[in-house]
Amino acid sequence: MKNYIKLRLPAISENESYARSAVSALALPLSPTVEELNDIKTSVSEAVTNCVVHAYPGRGELTSREILIEAELSENEISITVTDFGVGINDVEKAMEPFFTTRPADERSGMGFTIMKSFMDIVEVKSKKDEGTTIKMIKRIGARNA
Amino acid sequence: MNISFELSGKILTAFIFGELDECSAGAAKAALDEVISKRGFNGFIFNLSGLTFMDSTGIGVLLGRYKKLLAQNAAVYIDPPPPAIDKVLRTSGIYNVIKKL
Repeated sequence: MKNYIKLRLPAISENESYARSAVSALALPLSPTVEELNDIKTSVSEAVTNCVVHAYPGRGELTSREILIEAELSENEISITVTDFGVGINDVEKAMEPFFTTRPADERSGMGFTIMKSFMDIVEVKSKKDEGTTIKMIKRIGARNA
Repeated sequence: MNISFELSGKILTAFIFGELDECSAGAAKAALDEVISKRGFNGFIFNLSGLTFMDSTGIGVLLGRYKKLLAQNAAVYIDPPPPAIDKVLRTSGIYNVIKKL
């Protein structure tokens, strides 16, 4: 059986460090390079930050702002999904453009999806208004040697 | 995350340690802005060699401070960071705006 994790936790910034560490630790049996591990860590952090910042405007109660993180190993890749159950993204294509942010006044760089796309091998986004957003990412480990 | 400062002549260096993400961004902005607002320097260096993690939220923190420093006519630089941080900075294109030392 291939190893996996499922984490359900409040979308608050205090959980970012834990989430990215847990997912990257799952990948260790694939013997990733330091760079591959950091790519995973950074991409998970970007996805979780999006949930923390954008998914649940005005919702303070922790149980009303949860995210589900699932990660699964296969022989030479780790597959990760980060799901929120929030407001959804109006225009996914627009959201993925470099420098695009709905919150420029907060000094947001708008580079989250750009980093995910360049650090991971596959990034897919599915979003539905008032139902939430799922980001699926796949990172192949040791791709250079294949 | 924590930050220490060192003034050498007219060059102020901010040493940022630990993890710079959404969780620590508010504290980082406050600490940097307090020192930046006191002036007394004409060059400013972000020393990121002690950073163990940074994502795009950190890019926003650096660019926001850069705008304030530019308004004060300070020259701004980034001291070459560890490889993982450097990759985030390169991917974001920040070196087109803030030069590497």
